[in-house]
Amino acid sequence: MSTEVAVTLTVNGERVSRRVEARRHLIDFLRLDLGLMGSHTGCEHGICGACTVRIDGTIVRGCLVLAASLDGARVETIEGVSDAGEIRDLQDAFVARNAAQCGYCTPGMLLTAADLLQSNPRPTRAEIREHLAGNYCRCTGYHAIVDAVETVAQKRNAKA
Amino acid sequence: MKAAPFSYVRAASLADAFRLWSDAGPEAKLLAGGQSLLAALAFRLSEPSALIDISRVPELAGITQAGAAIRVGAGVTHAELGRHELVRRHVPLLADAVPLIAHAAIRNRGTVGGSLAFADPAAELPACCVALDAVVIARSAEAERRIPAARFFTGLYATALASQELIAAVEFPVARGGERSVILELARRSGDYAMAGVAARAKVSGSALADPRLIFFAVGDRPVAAQRAAAAVSGKQVTAETVVAAQAALDGELDPPADQHGSPQMKRHLARVLLGRALNRIAGIEEARAA
Repeated sequence: MSTEVAVTLTVNGERVSRRVEARRHLIDFLRLDLGLMGSHTGCEHGICGACTVRIDGTIVRGCLVLAASLDGARVETIEGVSDAGEIRDLQDAFVARNAAQCGYCTPGMLLTAADLLQSNPRPTRAEIREHLAGNYCRCTGYHAIVDAVETVAQKRNAKA
Repeated sequence: MKAAPFSYVRAASLADAFRLWSDAGPEAKLLAGGQSLLAALAFRLSEPSALIDISRVPELAGITQAGAAIRVGAGVTHAELGRHELVRRHVPLLADAVPLIAHAAIRNRGTVGGSLAFADPAAELPACCVALDAVVIARSAEAERRIPAARFFTGLYATALASQELIAAVEFPVARGGERSVILELARRSGDYAMAGVAARAKVSGSALADPRLIFFAVGDRPVAAQRAAAAVSGKQVTAETVVAAQAALDGELDPPADQHGSPQMKRHLARVLLGRALNRIAGIEEARAA
């Protein structure tokens, strides 16, 4: 038993091995140890959603996961998902709708929106609001964010 | 804030977990999904010497049918609980409760056992367990105990678990024919803990209720069984009159504490409203007549 733990995990497709302090949460690990600054530290107790990242394909609160617990896990951040082009349309719609104001919540909003559209390709506005309810935008730009997600859902469905 | 320093170790099996826990001593805590624990550590409300990670213990995983019960491993996440076919078919109250629990990102990580062991009086699953007459399977290094949910929650964030005892699973009786259930809550924002909530279950024939169970949450230090309200509607048709009688009975038996959401009077009002809605929903009557 130790306050330092060795972990090997995959971050955005790259294998990473580090020794981490046991109390280090995933977002500090990503930002401070790996230099991936896209995942934001907000409230650090699971309320705001700014730290939303994916572990093994599902979204989680990065601040409520210990890096030490992630040996063997597959982590994806906004950097990886952006580089893969997976949410290009969502990002374009956020720009077009001015859905990113200060931008602090944006990475978490995008990953949460992508998660919604994956499980529910035709969400109503109420369902979009419900799924994004755990992500705070302190600029209060919710209307534009919901618009952007709705626009992308419609465009994806038109293509499908 | 950042958590105070602690040691970390991951258990590979239940036996391993008990051995590590015993070695680490009483200042150590178990880490399952971490969705309440890690927030508490960030606030330094708790400063354990060590965390023993039980999230990969195979004996705590999975949902299975065991005779007339559905056995849910303590390590099952809320998300897994809500989408599992056995749960949706045989314990629909649980499937209905899951969307009310926090947010998707938290449901992907938080566990059934963690929620019950944490025993937040405003949480949905403890109330569901009591409403469903679930049995909590507690394990220590030496023995297994079966604790009825109604006796499991002993106070504010307090349970019947002994020192160095953990929740291994929860067994939910399969819903019988004619049985209906509903969970309703009022929260300021979707995903917040409830200001008041109710998990209700009854056998329904026509619109008459038999053996109703009305378990309120966020109105006491633990899930609160509204026995007088249940007695007021037991064996009766759900009508405007029986709803009013049940609401009056409820008023006499709830003693909610004031909290950040409001006064005892407000909580009593919310509980009355929820009771009316729940009875009508269970009886298959739409909202119009609800208080």
